[in-house]
Amino acid sequence: MILTALRYRRIPPAAEELRREVRAFLDVEVRDLPAVQRADSWMGFDAPFSGRLGARGWIGMTVPKRYGGAQASAFARYVVIEELLAAGAPVSAHWIADRQSAPMLLRFGTEAQKERLLPAICRGESFFCIGMSEPGSGSDLASISTRARRNADGWILNGRKIWTTNAHRSHFMITLVRTQEKNAERHRGMSQFIVDLSRPGITVRPIRDLTGDEHFNEVVFENVELADGDLVGVEGQGWEQVTAELAYERSGPERILSCMALVNTLIDNVGRSPDALQARELGRVAARLFTLRNMSIAVTAQLQSGENPAVAAACVKDLGVTLEQEIPEIAQAICDMEPSSEGTDHARVLAHLTQLAPSFSLRGGTREILRGIIARSLDLR
Amino acid sequence: MRELFETTIERIFSDLVSPALIHQCADGAWPGALWNTLEAAEMTWAAVPETLGGAGATWEDVYTLVRAAGAHAVPAPFADTLLANWLLGRAGLQPVQGPVAIAAHSNLTYTDGHASGQLDRVPWGRHLRRMVAIAAGRNPQIVVLDTASAAQVGPRTNLAGEPRDTITFHRAPVIHAAPLPTGSHPEDLLLYGAMLRSAQMAGALQSLLQMTARYAAERVQFGKPIGQFQVIQQQIAVFAEHTACSLLAAEAAFAESAIDIGRLPIMAAKICAGEAAGIGASIAHAIHGAIGFTDEHSLHLKTRRLWAWRAEYGSQSYWSQRLGQCVCESGSRALWPMLTQPATPRRGAVTETLL
Repeated sequence: MILTALRYRRIPPAAEELRREVRAFLDVEVRDLPAVQRADSWMGFDAPFSGRLGARGWIGMTVPKRYGGAQASAFARYVVIEELLAAGAPVSAHWIADRQSAPMLLRFGTEAQKERLLPAICRGESFFCIGMSEPGSGSDLASISTRARRNADGWILNGRKIWTTNAHRSHFMITLVRTQEKNAERHRGMSQFIVDLSRPGITVRPIRDLTGDEHFNEVVFENVELADGDLVGVEGQGWEQVTAELAYERSGPERILSCMALVNTLIDNVGRSPDALQARELGRVAARLFTLRNMSIAVTAQLQSGENPAVAAACVKDLGVTLEQEIPEIAQAICDMEPSSEGTDHARVLAHLTQLAPSFSLRGGTREILRGIIARSLDLR
Repeated sequence: MRELFETTIERIFSDLVSPALIHQCADGAWPGALWNTLEAAEMTWAAVPETLGGAGATWEDVYTLVRAAGAHAVPAPFADTLLANWLLGRAGLQPVQGPVAIAAHSNLTYTDGHASGQLDRVPWGRHLRRMVAIAAGRNPQIVVLDTASAAQVGPRTNLAGEPRDTITFHRAPVIHAAPLPTGSHPEDLLLYGAMLRSAQMAGALQSLLQMTARYAAERVQFGKPIGQFQVIQQQIAVFAEHTACSLLAAEAAFAESAIDIGRLPIMAAKICAGEAAGIGASIAHAIHGAIGFTDEHSLHLKTRRLWAWRAEYGSQSYWSQRLGQCVCESGSRALWPMLTQPATPRRGAVTETLL
């Protein structure tokens, strides 16, 4: 069975050595960051901070040196990003470029695309977003209708993308579109393009979320001119590219640590002498964090050795976000505290993450989609 | 080594462990043929150092044997014997021929080569040749006792019908004794027992998941296999996630206890396996329907063991509370370093505080 393929792995010592350096850096960088901003973590946008990380060589770490990367292992990257997330560092600006766009370009992009795009990603200067969902296509991604048509000079793009995180603050979007008419084989006829968001014909409209923040957007393409060099890899391979990318998106520490800031304020609020209920709940949270992190590292080991751990990644994400979503509930259950944006650190973090939590099992593939992938691996679909 | 162990043990268990045998053993029988085969294949000494006549398997390899014992609901103290012999080897004591188990719950005292006291919930106690316990006190000792020298054997069972006996000794001669190794704690036996049950539970969950997925693919209702309904698929997927989680947690517990006991990994494994056991058993029964609730069906050979094992050597509740107390005493700033502490053979300052 595919699940037993997941083997326990320690982070190798060479990668582990980075940890102290990252912690020392963060001690200075985020020392004065308020708890409620730490709770934002990979939603916290700070372009100068991304630049400083890039200068350290901590963005695009697995990218080969000839494209400006550190040519480090997936484990080294794991150590850096989990330390950033645990500290609540504002990594949002470069997050998508580092996590998905760079690996995707490395794997499927042309030599010219790699040379053009990767060095600026690694410097923490070039920010990416990903255009997948459309108003009529959410979980059923293969039903998209945004369309690129060939013309004499390249391609003309028309359509609409939605829920695109950071589109209003990114330089590029990598977007999945149709390049052929829909036919019986619904996973065919799609391609990915690198869209320079400063081109004419693109309208980006931020959508305010229920917390009052603006992270995601609607993006409209009206006769946007694209060059042949903007096509990622080969025409018609969009679906394969997108599904390969998802293992990167679903197995990382960001699927476990979204409520770390709340765990910390909760422990502070409970104090050194917990009652039995508080101790049991916090002990369970620690045990699950510990084990899910080990699962996430095991998936990283599979990625490092070139396997495609799509099913294991789906397991990590579903278990991980389930825990992330439980944490505000546990906080509410073991401490009498009113969530409030005007209260103590704990009250503010609780207020923020209670409201943010529903998004955890939506972004990157819903719970139901993930469970469908797992069921298919058990020959049930 | 791991692959060789896995194929050998799978062959032995597939050939010799049947539902009929498990039922006979629950009625008091001893699976002599199975045990003799395991000993002849040197499986019970797998973890004993080669210098003492064992196979010298790594503790990580032994994990696969314990997991297999759980998957097959082996009605004998095989996993317990592996652990006891490994611990004896580490303490520099001669491993035991025949069934042997640790007794984690005792009030044993040791003086002048003799031990007195009561051992509680000894796995398969009535069938054991020897048992390994710790006599607490100023100089705690690991002692090996001969079951034949017990003053009394009180037969008890867990809810799956596995023997968990109460055994009393009055100034019984001790076969071997050795001081507890430096850095060990009398409660370590409880942790090692928890590690064992975590791996057995992970194995049982794996087997139960296979049974459940197979049944869902075969059982037809409303004109199609029930596994084609999304509501069934989603439940089995959750079951699979928790199975994967318990497998990895148990493997980590063994791997991190190869040299020095991995207290946090073991606690985490027992907590996660206990949670997975409740979820997995519940979904397995829901999907099997009424047939799975019968005595005749083999489903309960796994589910009743899961319910029994999750409470042995400290339940989820017990270890969660212990771990949570430690988390709070250490404060929020210590949590992340504790979770990410690189595994090293030496004993770290943070793990010290865990007990």
